[in-house]
Amino acid sequence: MGHAWGNTDDGRGVGVIGGNGLIERLRSICGPDRVIAHKDQMRTYESDGLLQYRGSPLAVTLPESSAEVQAVVRACHHARAPWVARGSGTGLSGGAVPVADGVVIALTRMRSILEVDLDNQRVTVEPGVTNVEITKAVAPTHLYPPDPSSQIVCSIGGNVAENSGGAHCFKYGFTTNYVVGLEVVLSDGTMLTLGGKELDRAGYDLIGAFVGSEGTLGVATKITVRVVPAPESVRTLVAYYESTAPAGRTVSDIVAAGIVPAAIEMMDNAAIGACEDATHAGYPKDAGAALIVELDGPEGECEARFEDVVAICKRNHATNIRIASDDAERQLIWKARKAAFAAMGRLAPNYYVQDGVIPRTRLPEALQRIDDLSEEYGLLVANVFHAGDGNLHPLICYDGAQAGEAERAEKLAGLIVEACIELGGSLTGEHGIGLDKKRYMTKMFSDQDLAAFQALRCAFDPDQLANPGKVMPSPRLCGEVPGPYRRHPLEQAGVAERF
Amino acid sequence: MDKRSPSSGEEISELVQDAARAGSTVRVSGGGTKLGWGPPVEADFELSITAMDEVLEHNEGDLTAVLQAGVPFHRAQARFADASQMLALDPPLGERAEATIGGVVAAADQGPLRHRYGPVRDQVLGVTLVLADGSVVRSGSKVIKNVAGYDLAKLFCGSFGTLGVIAEVVVRLHPAPQDPLTVVGRSDDVHALAAGAALLAHRLFEIEALDVFWDHGSGEVLALAAGGAPDKQAAVCAAAFSEAGLEVSTEEIRDRWARQRAMQRAKDGAVVRISGLPAQLERVLELARAVGASAVGRAGVGVSWLKLPNAPGDELVGSIEEIRSALSPWPVAVLDAPEAVRAKVDVWGQQDKGVVELMRRVKQRFDGAGVFKPGYFVGGV
Repeated sequence: MGHAWGNTDDGRGVGVIGGNGLIERLRSICGPDRVIAHKDQMRTYESDGLLQYRGSPLAVTLPESSAEVQAVVRACHHARAPWVARGSGTGLSGGAVPVADGVVIALTRMRSILEVDLDNQRVTVEPGVTNVEITKAVAPTHLYPPDPSSQIVCSIGGNVAENSGGAHCFKYGFTTNYVVGLEVVLSDGTMLTLGGKELDRAGYDLIGAFVGSEGTLGVATKITVRVVPAPESVRTLVAYYESTAPAGRTVSDIVAAGIVPAAIEMMDNAAIGACEDATHAGYPKDAGAALIVELDGPEGECEARFEDVVAICKRNHATNIRIASDDAERQLIWKARKAAFAAMGRLAPNYYVQDGVIPRTRLPEALQRIDDLSEEYGLLVANVFHAGDGNLHPLICYDGAQAGEAERAEKLAGLIVEACIELGGSLTGEHGIGLDKKRYMTKMFSDQDLAAFQALRCAFDPDQLANPGKVMPSPRLCGEVPGPYRRHPLEQAGVAERF
Repeated sequence: MDKRSPSSGEEISELVQDAARAGSTVRVSGGGTKLGWGPPVEADFELSITAMDEVLEHNEGDLTAVLQAGVPFHRAQARFADASQMLALDPPLGERAEATIGGVVAAADQGPLRHRYGPVRDQVLGVTLVLADGSVVRSGSKVIKNVAGYDLAKLFCGSFGTLGVIAEVVVRLHPAPQDPLTVVGRSDDVHALAAGAALLAHRLFEIEALDVFWDHGSGEVLALAAGGAPDKQAAVCAAAFSEAGLEVSTEEIRDRWARQRAMQRAKDGAVVRISGLPAQLERVLELARAVGASAVGRAGVGVSWLKLPNAPGDELVGSIEEIRSALSPWPVAVLDAPEAVRAKVDVWGQQDKGVVELMRRVKQRFDGAGVFKPGYFVGGV
């Protein structure tokens, strides 16, 4: 698959003023040990979790403080060098793929938990802290709800850039609902503190704009999040069905009953088989669909609602219902689900994952369309998805060694995404646009929409040095600030005239 | 002020383009319940969105709805209630209960449900905007989970009509709580009230609302218990309040919540909104006692409103300054206040220069021609 930023092998000079000089400058900021410029050593940083995309940077820096990040960004600004902030590199849209000749700012060394303020239910961390470390820091009384499947390794800085979700966002919401304060460095080197521990202040919601901007508005160097009280009780079941249709109806019935499960996850037969082989969690491999439903909250409420859920599953002809009897069994049920992407290796040498969203009520149609496309293209598609919020993760299995299969998989993925948009949904629910989906942006957004996005981008980063080439489908310039005619400073000074 | 009421996005677009060409300024309005917030505005004309009042979609099974910005808030809620659903926003609606969804979003106004469901921006999935250049722009989507493109909906929530016109709003809905119970803990001791609120805030995620009330030397903490077993939730609330030494009662009526909302507004006197910290609630209550104000607040969130009784303008200005200096560096915004007072104080409160500069750049990129209330917002943006 193509790379948006052309030749990445050269590694020197195009557009960057004095590549070697910049590397020297970076070494003086971070120290020689924390600047990598040797091609072999930079290989780890060439791609993110979506291995189809690669790029070769000029250098990789490993700053250890906000001040170092700021100095690196300033040096890049001075050299007009583009840069990409990177967390743990688990993203699934090519969002952290280096820009050719640019600088990677890897935040993996900024791993301090700066403040745990349980009284106010706020935690402030550096961006390299992993998602799960936040929950660990506030356990057992509290919880940081967003839980992407990669939560053991993925960084909170990356979560902020991508507005990460996870299995439990149906009840609890996404990263954007939990970030209350950010220290950010803009591409001109300005460091700003947006928001803080106090909420609902007057002014534009710059945090709301920043979270999910995929590293294109700047880099976050400190992050303050809200945490919530941990649930008193958690009840988990997995119900099996002959096919996805009755599982889908179960989801609709649960929601219609006013029940808000912490998570509702579905897997189809292909996904069940691969996950079971990988984890031996005890899923019957002949099941047409598996539906995980988890309720959490106060014990009495959990019990009452759990009985309702069991009844709804039975009413929809679940062939079997397995109720987790303890935390170990609950973990086992989840282990299979969270291993889904990794388990795809059992079905085919390669897979390509999409992240489209549909209105929940269109689930049966969407699955039928995917089935039809899978047959038409002769490629197996395994489905795992966040059924509560209609976020599909079709895993398109292919063999990259077979001529043309990768292209066919990509084409098929594109058609699935288009189907999601036709059904009133979105290109991506949690993986982001990155490099991977930018070519589909025009299917969802008009030129005017994209121009408005660009207006925001230009307000934060007029030089477009922060992760250029991502999100937007085609390069655009920022140009002058629109508005009433203003004299250029050089005109004012009498140095230049406007013709 | 000359008033126009366009009935479509295209008509808004034409009006805005005409204004930009003529160098005119525009004040966007809905039901007009919050026009008295912010510094006094002198605009060439008012663009009312009240003619755009259609509920375009209510997707019951998906728990979403698409509303034209001028839909009266009450009307939308009544429609959702028919399906046992709600838009999880319950802001005060002002004297003339005509607040529109567009106005609520533009002002990011809120009520007690803020506790469980978050601020306005968390309910907004997408927007259709008309910008100063006349472009009609869509951001977000109609599904509850979406990260495609920049989230302009969040940027426009609370932007008070200074970046463009909100023409349509896509909202997410929630199941309406069945048979909720209100648990009240009373005391005249601010520390006991703060302790009761804190105990509960750390014990239970699921309660719908957790508010505090203070007036004339005594106060209440209020919890709204719902979910699958309201009585069980209510018992947890009551236990927490008792533990803090509050006098507890459980009620099925909701008029206390109407009072909470009403106290965020003032016909005379002034209301300030304090963005504080939940664990320091007693600071706000003590200050209320000191300046002779009544107070309501979202105890678990840390946001409170002080209502100052009617007084000569200079006195109100003095009280506002006293509140700001006592609570510094917490942000304190002035909402309802006599025009003379709003003209005299920095209504939005001081903010970091760098942040204001970034807000200015956002304003310039979206409304470089200065059509939408230039100079009105934070830091004179």
